Amino acid sequence: MSASASRWAKVTALAPYLWLVAFFLVPFLIVLKISLSQTAIAQPPYLPVFDIAAGWQGVKDFVGGLSFANYLTLASDDLYLFSYLRSLTVATVATAILVLFGFPIAYAMARAPRRLRPLLVMLIVLPFWTSFLIRVYAWINILQRDGLLNEALSALGLIGQPVTWLATDTAVYIGLVYSYLPFMILPLYASLEKLDTTLLEAAADLGCPRWKAFWTVTVPLALPGLGAGALLCFIPIAGEFVIPDLLGGSDTTMIGQTLWTEFFANKDWPVASAVAVVLVTLLVGPIAIYQHLQAREIEGR
Amino acid sequence: MRRLSLTNLTALGLGLAFLYAPIAILVVYSFNASRLVTVWGGWSTRWYAALLEDQAMIDAALISLGIALVSAALATVLGTMAALALTRFARFRGRLLFAAMIYAPLVMPEVITGLSLLLLFVALDLDRGFFTVTIAHTTLTMCFVTVIVQSRLAGFDRSLEEAAMDLGCPPGRTFLAITLPLIMPGVIAGFLLAFSLSLDDLVIASFTTGPGATTLPIRIYSEVRLGVKPEINAICTILIAVVAVAVVAASLIGKSGETRPRGA
Repeated sequence: MSASASRWAKVTALAPYLWLVAFFLVPFLIVLKISLSQTAIAQPPYLPVFDIAAGWQGVKDFVGGLSFANYLTLASDDLYLFSYLRSLTVATVATAILVLFGFPIAYAMARAPRRLRPLLVMLIVLPFWTSFLIRVYAWINILQRDGLLNEALSALGLIGQPVTWLATDTAVYIGLVYSYLPFMILPLYASLEKLDTTLLEAAADLGCPRWKAFWTVTVPLALPGLGAGALLCFIPIAGEFVIPDLLGGSDTTMIGQTLWTEFFANKDWPVASAVAVVLVTLLVGPIAIYQHLQAREIEGR
Repeated sequence: MRRLSLTNLTALGLGLAFLYAPIAILVVYSFNASRLVTVWGGWSTRWYAALLEDQAMIDAALISLGIALVSAALATVLGTMAALALTRFARFRGRLLFAAMIYAPLVMPEVITGLSLLLLFVALDLDRGFFTVTIAHTTLTMCFVTVIVQSRLAGFDRSLEEAAMDLGCPPGRTFLAITLPLIMPGVIAGFLLAFSLSLDDLVIASFTTGPGATTLPIRIYSEVRLGVKPEINAICTILIAVVAVAVVAASLIGKSGETRPRGA
């Protein structure tokens, strides 16, 4: 690489780099710091506040004021534990359903005639561009007590009385699967589309039954896409707020809702920060694997 | 040409129906004359007329549009630069951290991004409002722009750039005359995605906004919590139409770029 090109590399990298350090990395460190602080009736509502003017004494006071009290609160109150467990359970179950629904669709797309494929991709992507909030709201229209689903089911004679759909786990799963389906289909499709069909023909020529060829050839080759899709769904679902808030019941909350409540209703910023730190810690592993798959997909071509 | 098997056709049909039916129902019911959401009272545009009277909703829409435009423009510049740096320069100090900071916001739960940015703004003692939401949205959406432009750069013939440089064209001019026009479809698609993500965001905006900067999703959310209303169906339909036009435009632009031979 020539000297001038490497100078250009520094220039192009610098602005986005600094931006992300300032608005993505530093904020995390602040969350970490505030999670070790105490709630205070003040502005900002936490202590200790770092006082740069006080010099070394200020630093000592600051460090001395930090404590793990908020994490002890999280550990001692079942509310938080249940929220985390529920988030991880919901994210796992929803991801499993998404794989079950997404795989046949992605597979059919990859098997469609070549000229139709861009259109199919666009049809799958289009709802993803539409507002998240609107898509969740659309389901309230359908799932409410006198909504279209109950009307359709009773018109068909399947139910005598209206069924309660809203504020149930079923509604949350419907909303999650609906909102995240494109995230599952697209990476899967990308893997399946690249699949060399001559491999399947070779398997068939050698007398391998189709279902066996599917399990021993198609599925293993689709695994990178499956992994990327599953993580692309699992990670954000674990911290999901809008869907459980609008479609779910109030008796069980996911951790995203707990964080929201601590912050907006209880104004307890330090506990909200501690909730966030624990959630990030839980998600660091999946995020790292996702980044690895993503980098390989984009840069490995 | 291979044809789709019946199973595959069924999977596609059901999948697309599942994705589109709720949106279609929402659009149809926004034209319902009846105030009762479930009773069909004939076609009407009265809820659209009602929207025009709703000054709070119009203000929110204008604020959202402003934030979306400014943040998408910033995100496009920063995201494209990041994509160039990541694709062109395999090794530089801090590349690993850089890539991590690009990919993490794509999957990071929004409540965490929102909370952390708010705490930064509070620590800096910034007045929250239009400006802070714009910064927050830029941070999130530039990462999406990077991914889109990166995939465009991946199938890029560099010999043209090298030819220009060999002939003495300075790097800045080479970029403007050769590189930028070639990656333009990706850049435009990135801008449109950033725009629609910003227009759509509820959670991050809720954390980072302040008095006087209620965005459209925040406004819609506060109405939706109280139940389904025909006016909300109408505003949602307008938003869907805006985004649909943008997406179709983006895909046509993308296509016009792809039909040309690589590097032409």
